[in-house]
This record gives sequence, C-alpha cells and structure tokens, in this order.
Amino acid sequence: MSTVTTRADSTVVRPWQQLVIIWALLLTVPFWLPLLGGYTAIAGRVLVMALAAMGLNLLLGYTGVLSFGHAAYFGLGAYGAGLTLKYVAASTPLAILAGTLLGGIAGTLFGLLLVRRRGVYFAMVTIAFGQVCFYIAYKWDDFTGGYDGLRGFVRAPLDFGLFKLDIAGNGTLFYYFVLFVFGIAVGLQALILKSPFGRTMLAIRENERRARFLGLPVEKHIWLSFSISCFFTALAGTLYALLNNFADPLGLNYVMSGNIVMIAVMGGMRTFWGPLVGAVLFVMLQDYVSSMTTNWMFFVGTTFVLVVLLFPRGLMGLLQRKGAGS
Amino acid sequence: MSVDSPKLEARAVGKNFGSLRAVSGVSMTVAHGELRAIIGPNGAGKTTFFNLITGFFPPSSGDILLDGRNINRVPAAQRVKMGMGRTFQITEIFPELTVWENARIAVETGLGFSLRAWLSANEKRQVAEAVDEVLTMANLTAQADRLVGELSHGDQRAAEIAMALALKPSLLLLDEPTAGMGDEETYKVTGLIRRLHRDSKYTIVLIEHDMRVVFHLADRISVLAEGKLLAEGTPDEISKDVHVQNAYLGKAE
Ligand SMILES: Nc1ncnc2c1ncn2[C@@H]1O[C@H](COP(=O)(O)OP(=O)(O)OP(=O)(O)O)[C@@H](O)[C@H]1O
Ligand SMILES: [Mg+2]
Repeated sequence: MSTVTTRADSTVVRPWQQLVIIWALLLTVPFWLPLLGGYTAIAGRVLVMALAAMGLNLLLGYTGVLSFGHAAYFGLGAYGAGLTLKYVAASTPLAILAGTLLGGIAGTLFGLLLVRRRGVYFAMVTIAFGQVCFYIAYKWDDFTGGYDGLRGFVRAPLDFGLFKLDIAGNGTLFYYFVLFVFGIAVGLQALILKSPFGRTMLAIRENERRARFLGLPVEKHIWLSFSISCFFTALAGTLYALLNNFADPLGLNYVMSGNIVMIAVMGGMRTFWGPLVGAVLFVMLQDYVSSMTTNWMFFVGTTFVLVVLLFPRGLMGLLQRKGAGS
Repeated sequence: MSVDSPKLEARAVGKNFGSLRAVSGVSMTVAHGELRAIIGPNGAGKTTFFNLITGFFPPSSGDILLDGRNINRVPAAQRVKMGMGRTFQITEIFPELTVWENARIAVETGLGFSLRAWLSANEKRQVAEAVDEVLTMANLTAQADRLVGELSHGDQRAAEIAMALALKPSLLLLDEPTAGMGDEETYKVTGLIRRLHRDSKYTIVLIEHDMRVVFHLADRISVLAEGKLLAEGTPDEISKDVHVQNAYLGKAE
C-alpha cells in the first residue's frame, strides 16, 4: 500500500520503465547521437541544463515555490569551479566541490531573507539577488574577467594514482564523467523526495495552511528546500564551467534564470524526469535554431508558449494518469 | 497539566479587525472530555474565535489557557504539538496526494520525523500502523490509494479529520464539519464525531450550523452573535432560551 503513493508516481509508463529507458539512452549517447548528426558535447550540455533545472524543480515543482534567480547559484558554481582551477589547483574534483559549496552556501544564506515572502514577492527578491551576483561578476574585471567572462582555466584529468582518466582531452570520457556526477546527483534527489522531509515539501506545495496546522515549521522547510535546490543547481554550474572551460557572466543573468524555469516547466515540473526532457528540447532549439538565426530566443519563447498551452503539465506530464484532481 | 484545570479556557478574549469587533469579551470553559458546540449566525465570529484559540493570529485582548497554561504567546505550530488538532470551514487537505499519503505526512510530522532523510524499518512500520489506525477510525481504509481531491465531499472531510487525529490531539476543533453536505454524508460525519467523543474520549469543540447535528451531539452549546457570547447551556436550556430564539433560531422577530 505504501509503494504507489504520489500522483507523480502514478504514470502510464511505470517509474522503473522510465528509469530503464532513460538510463539506456543516456549511457549510449556517444553511439547513437553522431548518427543523428549531433555531437557528444551537446549531450553534456543537456545533462548540465537538466541538472540545473532538476535542482530548481525541487523548489518549483515539489515545494511549489518559484525562484526566478537560480542563475545566481548556477553562475556562482561555474565561477567557483573556474576560479579554483585558475588560482588554486588543477583539480577537477576540488573545482566541483568548491563551486558547489560557493553557490550552495550563498543560496542557503540568501534563503534566510526569503522564506517569509510568497509568490511574486519571493520571485522578485530571487531575481534581485541574481542580478547582484551578475553585476559583481561583470564589474570585478581583474578577478572574474568581467564582460568577457572567466577564461584561462582547463578541466584537469582525473588522477586516481594507479591510473588517470583524461577527461580533459577525451570528449566521450568527459561526457561519461558528467553523466556519473549527474547520476549521483539525481539519485540523491530521488532519495530526498522519498524521505519524510521530501514529503513535507509536497505538503507545503499542496496546502501550506494545512501543513502549518500539522505543526510543520513551514518557513524552515522552505528554507531547507531552497538551500538543497541551490546546491544542485550550483553543482550543475560547476559542470558547465568544466564543459566549456569558461565561466560566462551571462550565466548569472536573469535570462539564464528564465531558461532554467522554462526547461523545468516545458518538461513537466510535477514529474521527476520532466526537466531532463525539457533540457533536450531547449538545447536542441538553442543549437539548431541559433545556427540559422540570431533570434533563436524568439523560437524558444514560442515553443515554450505552445508547450504550456498544449500540455499544461509539460511533456512528461503527458505520461501521467489522466482525470485526477481538478 | 493539572487535572483540575479545564481542557480549554478563554478569558474575555477579543479580536478587532480595524473598527470591526469580530470577537469581543468571549469567555468559555471546556471541560475534559466535553463536546462543546458553538452556534451563531453568519459573521458571528465563530471562525475568528477558533483562529484565536489555535494561534492563527493573536487576540486583541484577553487570555487563552490550555490545560491551565496561558498560551497567548505560543505560536500555532507549537499549539499543535501541545495537542490542538483542527479542521477548517473550507476543507484543507493535500488534494493531489493519496489518502494514505495525506495521513502519512500527518503521522510522520506528529512523530517528529519531518526533517528526517530516512527511517529505519521499525520506524516505517510504526508510521504504517499509525496511518492504518487513523484511516480505520475515519472509515477510509478502502480509499487509501485514491487521490484525496477525487473523493466525495464527505470523505474529504473524513480525511481532514483523520489528519488531525494522526497528530494524537487532546483537543479537536472542528469548523462546520458537515457544511455543504447532503443527509447521508452528514450522517456519516456525525457518526464519526460521535465515535470520537463517546468511544475515544476526545475533547471536541464544534462549530456547526446544522441544528440536528448540534442537538444530537453536544454536551453543551455556546451561542455567539455579533462577536459576543449570547448564551451558554445544555441543548435543552438553549432550545428554550428566549434570547437565542430571537437572535438565532428565528422563532419570533
Ligand atoms: N482576517 C480577517 N480580516 C478582516 N475581517 C475578518 C477576518 N476574518 C473574519 N473577519 C470578519 O469578522 C467577522 C466574523 O467572521 P467569522 O468568519 O469569524 O464568522 P463566522 O461566525 O465563522 O461566520 P460563518 O458562519 O459565515 O462562517 C466577519 O464580519 C468577517 O468578515
Ligand atoms: Mg466560520
């Protein structure tokens, strides 16, 4: 009785089937993607954007709180990783750790100022903080590279003592490295969502007043979920810097925040894998359309509107059981 | 927690919204194990009175005591931990989760597990048993795997009551539990409340418009009108009270 529990679980395609299909596809990307005319680095970008959006989705889809400023944590992750590689040590794991901590802790502290606000006010304050980070990166030329972004670092090979993995030179190997980190991260997310704490997130989304009158300290739980969400998005940011060997101030901008939200919403924010599907769509549009026209954001926006109008629950929402709820 | 002190005591509590005196100078004492009904016309201040008791907002004046202890400064979430369970005039549930899940969240919160990342096998069993128990009490076992939002109005109410029960409250506050229900559903919910009162010995305060329900269930009745306590007594006394008849029961103008 306690297995099939939440609506998000009750899908047409069983959760374990989704899991098998998704991982089979992800693990074989370097084999089939070139046949479709793609390249492996683009798959890395999909994973990174998916992880950023899945991080946001813990907050947006599961706790029901909208952040329009997650680019801040994504960008802090990217800069944290880049700066570590450039100024501290040529260690990829250290760069990931430092960037994730930087973005995650910034989010955790900032979250303290947020938790009493709701709805639009919450979103507005998150935007404001995002823009502050953007201007710091933009203005602090000497340290961050300013407008041009942070360059002059490269991801370092993984050194296991006995053997080395050349994720710096070998693109396929790097893809599998990103996939490995992605796998651990989403595994953790799944554990969180299945925990008593994860259920309190759903409770707050479903009915904040009821949650409060169960005796839940709602603000504390929103704060924790915001914090956790920021750590995951920051982790995605570190991978983004490693992917490009570059940290971009535009990665901190509200446009990026909007992209992360769009990815989650298009894919289906009430579903676990929705943001991954949204990221596939987003990166494909970004890649193919931007090679044809500089107005690619117009096409992304149009697609977003169409998806939201036609499939209000997002693309993955299509797989869900019909007729429930309202 | 002295045994002599009443379960709940309101001492001249008042609440103003701007110039509106929604509740003014209401005193009420509810004994352990009592079922108290609060009646009164629309806008009398009944729900506001509940909001004061449960700490939804602070009173403008007066004191509220639970088991003899003044709780004016105790926040709402803490009052829940002290044993106050509440249902709302408009049912407050988690509509897109199953009945089981609704109860589970309540049980886990009640057991203090809500910040936990995992539970031991023992703890999981403890949770499952508690969930089964409250669902049985509320007669919802058959609907355990359905989304609460899909249930009938009456069963949604029962689910909300089950969630309140999951916290093992010592005082249950029910705001119009039969509002908007047909006869059959009213009968079901009334039965549930009576079982909770007679068999499980809960102390219950009930706001209710349906006089059949009130006179059937209540040990004592308090009548509110325009924010003031108009009368208080046994169902017999209240039905004979002239003021009440004029103000509320509508016998004479
Ligand atoms: N939060 C609030 N802010 C301002 N006014 C309020 C608030 N809550 C209640 N009121 C007002 O206080 C008065 C009492 O309302 P309350 O909801 O307590 O009445 P009630 O007895 O529960 O009525 P009903 O039987 O319709 O539920 C009403 O005039 C209402 O408009
Ligand atoms: Mg009311």
